[in-house]
Amino acid sequence: MSHPAALRSRAEALAAPLPPLMADAEHLASTVLLGEHGRRRSGTGDEFWQYRPAHAGDEARMIDWRRSGRSDAHFVREKEWQAAQSVLLWVDDAASMGFSGARDHPTKAERARVLAMAVAVLLMRGGERVGLSGMGLPPRSGPLQLLRLAEALSAEREAPDYGAPETRGMPPHSRALFVSDFLGDLAPVEAALAKAADRGVKGAILQVLDPAEEAFPFDGRTIFESMGGSMVHETLKAGDLRDRYLDRLAARKARLDHLARTTGWHYHCHHTGDSAQGALLWLFRALERVR
Amino acid sequence: MFMLGPIGFTAPLLLWALAALPVLWLLLRAVPPAPIRRRFPGVVLLLGLSDDENQTDTTPWWLLLLRILAVAAVIVGFAGPVLNPQDERSGSGPVLIFVDGTWADARDWSRRIDRIDAALEEAARDARPVAVVQATDLPDGGLPFQAAEAWRARLAGLKPTPWMPDARTIVEWAEGLEGGFDTFWMSGGVDYPGRRELLATFEASGNLRVFESPRPAYALRPAEFADGAISLTALRARTGDGAEVGLVATGLDPAGVERDLARANAAFAPGEAEARVEMVLPPELRNRITRFSVAGVRSAGAVSLTDDSLKRREVALIAGRDDREGLQLLSPLFYLDKALAPTADLIDGTLADIILASPDVIVLADVATLAGAEAQELEGWVEDGGLLLRFAGPRLAASDVSRAEEDPLMPVRLRAGGRSVGGAMSWGEPKALRPFAETSPFFGLDVPDDVRVSAQVMAQPDPQLAERSIAALTDGTPLVTRKRLGEGQVVLFHVTANAEWSTLPLSGLFVQMLERLAVSTRPARPAAADLAGTTWVAEAVLNGFGEIEDAGRLSGVPGERLADARPSADLPPGLYAGEDRRLALNVIGPDTELAASAWPARIPVEGLAVTRETALKGALLTLALILLAADILASLWLSGRLRSAKAGLAAVLALGLILPVEARAQSGADDELALRATSEVVLAHVVTGDARVDQVAEAGLRGLSDKLFQRTSIEPAAPIGVNLETDELSFFPFLYWPVTANQPLPSPDAYAKLNRYLRTGGMILFDTRDADVARFGGGSPEGRKLQAIARPLDVPPLEPVPSDHVLTRTFYLLQDFPGRHASRDVWVEAAPPDAVRAEGMPFRDLNDGVTPVVIGGNDWAAAWAVDPQGAAMFPVGRGYAGERQREIAYRFGVNLVMHVLTGNYKSDQVHVPALLDRLGQ
Repeated sequence: MSHPAALRSRAEALAAPLPPLMADAEHLASTVLLGEHGRRRSGTGDEFWQYRPAHAGDEARMIDWRRSGRSDAHFVREKEWQAAQSVLLWVDDAASMGFSGARDHPTKAERARVLAMAVAVLLMRGGERVGLSGMGLPPRSGPLQLLRLAEALSAEREAPDYGAPETRGMPPHSRALFVSDFLGDLAPVEAALAKAADRGVKGAILQVLDPAEEAFPFDGRTIFESMGGSMVHETLKAGDLRDRYLDRLAARKARLDHLARTTGWHYHCHHTGDSAQGALLWLFRALERVR
Repeated sequence: MFMLGPIGFTAPLLLWALAALPVLWLLLRAVPPAPIRRRFPGVVLLLGLSDDENQTDTTPWWLLLLRILAVAAVIVGFAGPVLNPQDERSGSGPVLIFVDGTWADARDWSRRIDRIDAALEEAARDARPVAVVQATDLPDGGLPFQAAEAWRARLAGLKPTPWMPDARTIVEWAEGLEGGFDTFWMSGGVDYPGRRELLATFEASGNLRVFESPRPAYALRPAEFADGAISLTALRARTGDGAEVGLVATGLDPAGVERDLARANAAFAPGEAEARVEMVLPPELRNRITRFSVAGVRSAGAVSLTDDSLKRREVALIAGRDDREGLQLLSPLFYLDKALAPTADLIDGTLADIILASPDVIVLADVATLAGAEAQELEGWVEDGGLLLRFAGPRLAASDVSRAEEDPLMPVRLRAGGRSVGGAMSWGEPKALRPFAETSPFFGLDVPDDVRVSAQVMAQPDPQLAERSIAALTDGTPLVTRKRLGEGQVVLFHVTANAEWSTLPLSGLFVQMLERLAVSTRPARPAAADLAGTTWVAEAVLNGFGEIEDAGRLSGVPGERLADARPSADLPPGLYAGEDRRLALNVIGPDTELAASAWPARIPVEGLAVTRETALKGALLTLALILLAADILASLWLSGRLRSAKAGLAAVLALGLILPVEARAQSGADDELALRATSEVVLAHVVTGDARVDQVAEAGLRGLSDKLFQRTSIEPAAPIGVNLETDELSFFPFLYWPVTANQPLPSPDAYAKLNRYLRTGGMILFDTRDADVARFGGGSPEGRKLQAIARPLDVPPLEPVPSDHVLTRTFYLLQDFPGRHASRDVWVEAAPPDAVRAEGMPFRDLNDGVTPVVIGGNDWAAAWAVDPQGAAMFPVGRGYAGERQREIAYRFGVNLVMHVLTGNYKSDQVHVPALLDRLGQ
């Protein structure tokens, strides 16, 4: 039997990453008001839909006795059908996401995780099922799933320099959200989107970039390394490369936008220097539009 | 030593290293600046991009130059460069360094010490024994020759003395010198007796070098006081062109801090050794002066301490018969005035004013009774050390002062009526004075034969009379009595201050008696004969630099030596205290002359300037370090690592540009509010933070403003909401303050503003809007809030509006003050308790001014409120009665604003007849 104090300290260390992520996400999600999204037909749900006369075959416990007592016929109380949608999230956890250009900005990975969690919170409140693609966390609903999501998103693991989207375990006709910086090879992204389109999955691509990656504020003799150190480029005058770098970045964004358009997805570029709320609102609208 | 112009090198061979600099140039040129390593995910997008130009792979030429210069500075620095290397060495054998060391040397003492130090250093290099001798402090026996280094350690202890060398000692010492030695003579530039003999001795013993500062020595003679002005004489040792020196009078200011009290410039005419200047100062200032000095000269000779001879006592003269148009010679004050005017400053005025001025002496000539307060103040003043001098006279004789029991301000009890001797209706002859007893302060004064007393007031025989009597007539009756009172004393002359009762005021004895009583001050310096047998103790002494030091435990000095006025080692200049006065002993006496030291033409006189070797090694190495530091910054900048610092600088600059703009915008808004509030009459309400309440208040004041505009000559503009924290309140005559239960309490600053507003005539109408259900017991939330708000406010005692309050009749005649509710309790400032209703008047004569607060709970704003179309916003009451209540509410508002703007005008009794008429009485 271990010492209670030691057990407690281990438990607290384990729980430490969860509350801030949850709190951040809840805080962000609380800024968006959910609208009504019933299915306009009777079914299982919480909201009252209509009274109908009881048919043969209705169980006696289904009869609404209060309503029936006011007339001679028996009535059954029907609720509005509220269908739950499955939404799968893919959050890039590659090393490149760990970059932050300034001390007062969060890293890209942090921002991506908070946004994904916030979307998950919002969707759960709306009654949807949320899961992570390919990580063994199938779509479910309920506060426990939120905790599991937070745990999975906060987990530290070895990662390559640049990530590629995961499409395994994606149910047909579900929704999906890809959050990454999309700086790596675009071929896997294309493949993933094509596969998703084949299965009738629609969704949104959120590109998270650091302001430094947009501005390229470097000068002088510099050796650039990727976050994992696998790629190296040396220049004598970094300032001269700026224009060409920006051209290439713009081309990449345009390509992503085009890809999304052709597969019926939505594309948005978010900067960690900006407020997360704007991105959340866009995400909320984008995932709603698909619906 | 290798010389290059004025610069020598101790290690010239190292300079060959400079030849290697071009090689260094080539080497440094080939090495580009080191790269920065950056982690950057966007590197994917950079792959394959190549640099356009290969420009920065070599170091720029200016950076190279910087580095080459730094290396060159290091090389030259280590080569040991020396500026002005000193090569001349001369002489051998012992050296005598003879320093005058008088006050005249003090003005550039540190340069003298530097020069002596240089001479000692030179002697140390040549290993010559040295003796350092100060003329004012001659060693016993022969010359104390020692190693130069030993003297250098003691150099800091060498100080100038504030006196001149004694001539006899000097000559004796010079005659006793023997043996050969070279002499360095540090001359002070002022001649003194015995110098000629010294010169002869030194010239006979060996080489003589003389050093003297070309700057003139200044001195100051003691200040003299004559005809209301202080006369100062400045001296200089070396006459020449015209010059001007500043003279400063220093003393304690009223706060007890020493500071310069006055300044004057003394101009020396060309060729003159003396310059006079006169200072005219008010007596208060003059009595505070403790010393005079020549500005900017640090020497005991340039400082002149003052003693009691400069101080003049302030004497206030008050006579009991001022209003009588008498003959001038009969004026009780005429002789006093004549006796005191030369030596004291006279004040006149009323007794109350005079006590405030706190004079040294107050003379009451034939003043019998004093008003109670005056007597008390006078007694306090005497107890604090004042001298009250009273003269008898017909009034005192006729009065009952100090008759039955002793008056505190009289030394003795008096018998009724006094007596007159030697007159037409009496026996006997006018009495003469008895010689003064030894215990009397007048002891020693000669009594002239012709002083006769023909009338006097008589003292009651009391046990203390004998000890209190300090002068008596030949028959033993007291003429002058004295009593100690606290720290001061009361003295009564039993005769008048004029010649009516005695001839005393006509004699010289009168002046001497006043002097002995310290009423007047003695003429300047006492003669040696006066000082014989006295002992004086130094209170403060001057050092050679003219600084005042504590005297410590110097032994007493006999008066004869002080009279001699020759400062010496056992009689340092300073301030000496005797029994009842203080004497200043100054370096320069009233008739001291200054003469420049004269040197025969065969002796060259050198200045005090020292040319010293200056090693440049340190400076060059520092330069190299600075260059290298600049190189670091330049390298950082070249490699792009200074970016963040630049951004920070830009931010600071931008901030500097933005801030003033914001400040200007803020003041612009303030001005706008001030203009709106002051160009017309404006009613204002306090913004509570509750939007609905504020809206109603604003609408209510708008409705009231409209009614005022229609019915009265007050034509208010649109009302303004006032934020207590930020807005200025003094523009508004009237504030409506609806109290809500949850409004925040004002900050301390806002309270200060509110209290200022209330004190300066503003009015606040507090409205709890709860129909006053709780009767100000604090029951309702608004009532409690009102208590909390009003607690720090400066609110006078309150009472419910009395039926004769001016609010009931400023415009309409009212007795009720309803708003939307019709509670009667409205509270205003309480009338003073002594307000009475005069016979036949309907109103009491009430307090002036405007009540600062009106407190009620009738929700007046709701009753007054109108919407933009002018229709009432809220219903009041029911039917016609309700409309009547609204009308009365408006009338209350009109009365209130009238009361604010016209004050107690309607309270004025002038209007009573018209009001009576209208009231039907």
